This record gives sequence, structure tokens and C-alpha cells, in this order.
Amino acid sequence: MSFTTMLATMSVGMLRTVGIFLLTLLGSLPLGMIIMFGRKSRLTIVSGAMKILISVIRGTPLMLQLLVWYFGPYYLFGWSIKGYRYTAIIIGFVVNYACYFAEIYRGGIEAMDKGQYEAAEILGYTKSQTFFRIILPQVIKTILPSVTNEVITLVKDTSLAFTLAYQEVFSLAKQISASETSFTPFVVAGVFYFAANYVVAFIMDRIEKSMGYYS
Amino acid sequence: MILEMKNIVKHFEDCKVLHDISLGVDSGEVVSIIGRSGSGKSTLLRCATFLEKIDGGSIAYKGDTVAHTPEGAKTVYAGKKEMARVRNCFGLVFQNFNLFPHYSVLKNIMDAPVNVQKRDPASVEAEAMKLLDKMGLADKASAYPFQLSGGQKQRVAIARALALNPDILFFDEPTSALDPELTQEVLKIIRQLADEKMTMVIVTHEMNFAKAVSNRVIFMDGGYIVEEGTPAEVFDDPKQERTKRFLQNYD
Repeated sequence: MSFTTMLATMSVGMLRTVGIFLLTLLGSLPLGMIIMFGRKSRLTIVSGAMKILISVIRGTPLMLQLLVWYFGPYYLFGWSIKGYRYTAIIIGFVVNYACYFAEIYRGGIEAMDKGQYEAAEILGYTKSQTFFRIILPQVIKTILPSVTNEVITLVKDTSLAFTLAYQEVFSLAKQISASETSFTPFVVAGVFYFAANYVVAFIMDRIEKSMGYYS
Repeated sequence: MILEMKNIVKHFEDCKVLHDISLGVDSGEVVSIIGRSGSGKSTLLRCATFLEKIDGGSIAYKGDTVAHTPEGAKTVYAGKKEMARVRNCFGLVFQNFNLFPHYSVLKNIMDAPVNVQKRDPASVEAEAMKLLDKMGLADKASAYPFQLSGGQKQRVAIARALALNPDILFFDEPTSALDPELTQEVLKIIRQLADEKMTMVIVTHEMNFAKAVSNRVIFMDGGYIVEEGTPAEVFDDPKQERTKRFLQNYD
């Protein structure tokens, strides 16, 4: 296999990696918000359920969770899992990252000064206006460094999709390396991941700077 | 009468912090509430502004009762809509300003009139600039709260409260977080509002200011109103032993 062919094959794999990455962010950032609200709910059933969910997701390997999401429906309910692989991967990643984001959101919201809520209440803001206009923008600013950390970890975690034999860049690197007895695919994979994270860090830094106009 | 609080009772856990307090405020009146820390004066203000729920008594604004306590039952508050309407009657200036740090000075003042009262942004902006001018802060319209001194922040907070055109303005120790020199610039503004017949209730530790600005002074201690009267009556000729002792510490 020529270097160009290998690069081309792995580039396709990298696109799949980016696909998992983007879909996971798209799903987990809002789902994390919902889980956080559930976690803070006054209904003990809801907050208890969310607490258990978060503790299970954080307490078990993501690799194992992917296997459970994929094979679970077959072993538990006897359902056919044909054509379900990609969905299982995305569900696994989204749920896992949503739980981590939920805890980051919760930390940010609980760190907010109570006076901000009181001022908003006195000025007549509704609960949702208070949240979206006053609280959330400030929370986003405080949690951004932690979110950046998670997002960078996610870029690398996408490699766990190889567990379900999905042909993203890491799986391909392993396969090509084995068949060609070459070390080069690993170097290429490393460069791809690093480049992706370089872009992520650059974008997150831009976002952070855009919120740096106040302190 | 703009505000009428009757027989207010408030507990925190098992601790009773307000015992049967009644307070009425007429239009144009300036009432100062003095007393040591923990006397219940801030709690009374927080009950008047619904930041704390009362456990007994009643609260009415402009004749509309919004909270009352039926015999032997829990206090009942009015519905959401009615509460939102009544909230429009008052403003509150906090000890720690509580400005919104992510909004510019102008946006801090304009945001509630535009998004809560749904008023026309252009006319709100004109009014906000007038208020800033009055506060001596016209040049700070585009600044952010972190760029201001404490005294400037508090003046913005006063402008923010006034922008909603309240019938009554409450001040919860408005100068307690300020250096003495910055205190004066805030007190000057409040005095100016008093001259314009703004109805105000001011919880304060500034005795000379309370004496100069108020029509009526209330001395609270241990959750009771111990003494109440004109500044001359309370400051120069206190009847109660507890008032005398408290005022002596300030001479």
C-alpha cells in the first residue's frame, strides 16, 4: 500500500471520527442540561434516578458501556441488532458525555451568587428569563475551561468506537499497521488526533476570549 | 397607603426573627429602619419584597392584599400574575449591588424595562441615559460593572431600580459595603430622591443620614419595633431604655 493510499483511507476514517465527535457534542451538551435539571429536581424520584445514572455512567468504562448499548438489546430482549451499530455508538457516547456535562453544569450553577437570582426576581424577570438571560451566560463563562477539557478528551475517546468494530481512524490505523507491518499508520493517526485537538483548543480559546470582556 | 404590613411574623427554623411587626408607608414618606445587626430589619425588608415568605400577618400594596394569614392557618400568597403585577410597585437596592456582571451599565438599567415591562427600547434608553446623568454616571453607560467603584456600582443599582418606575423603593443597607468616602456619593443621591418625594424605606447604620433624610424612624431590636417616631423624637428624645443604649454607641 502506498503512503498516499494509506493517507486517503485514514482520512476517510478521520471523517468518521469527526462525525462521532460532532454528533456526540450535539447530543450531549443539551442532554447534559436536561440531566442536570433532573438531578436538581425537587422530585426525589427524578433526582434519585439521575444520581444513579450519573454514578453508573461515571463508575464504569465507556468501552463497556458501548458493548452494553450495542449487544444489550439482543441479549436482554432478543431484538435484532442489525444495522444498529452506529446508533449504539452515538447513544453510548452521548449518554456518557451528557453525564459529565451535567455535573459540570451543576457545579457552575451552584457557584452562582444567590444575589443574582434575587436581583432578577425583584426586577420582575420570570424564572426562564432569569435562567437564560442572567444565570446561563455567566455559568457558561465559568465552566468553559472544564468543558474544553471534556471536549478534548472526547476527540481522543472516539477511538473507543473500535470496540464495536467501527472503522474510524484508530481502527484503521491498527488494521493497516497489522497488514502492512508498518508503524507509519500510528504516526499518521497521532498527527490526525493532535491536529483535531489543536483546532478544538483554538476554537475554545476564541470562545473564552469572546467572553473575557467582563470579570 | 403604598405599603401596609400588619402583624408580620417570621421564623427561621425554630428561631423567631420577627414578632408581630406592623409597618405602613404613605406616598412620599421616607422611613428609616435602624437597629443592630440581627435585629430583624433586613428580614423585614426581605419580607416586604417577597424574597422571604412571612409565617404570619398580611402584606398589601396600594390597597391590594397580596399575602394574608387566615386564623390558625398558613399564610396565603396571591397567584403568580397578581404577584408579578404587585412586584412592579417596588424596587430594592441591595447591600452588594447585585448588578449583572455580563451586562454593560446601560444594559443593566434597560434590560428589565424592555424585557419585563415590554417597553419601547428607544424611549427606555432615553430614560436610562437621563437616570445615569442624574447619578453623575453619564460617561459610564458602556462600562461594565467590574470597571466601577463600589459607589458607582450602587448608583447604577439605584438607576436600575428607578428605571422600572416603582412606587416605593427599598434600600437594604445601601452603603454598608462601601468605604466612607464612597458612602457620601450614594447618600447624596438618596437625599436627592427624598427631595423629589420618592417613597422610600431605608435600612441603614448611617444615623446622621437617617436623621437628616427621614420623615419617620423605626428602631428595631430582637425582632420587635421598640420605638418609632420623627427623627427628632427618636434621636433627640428617645423614650425607651434600649433605644437610648443603642444610640449611645453611635455618639
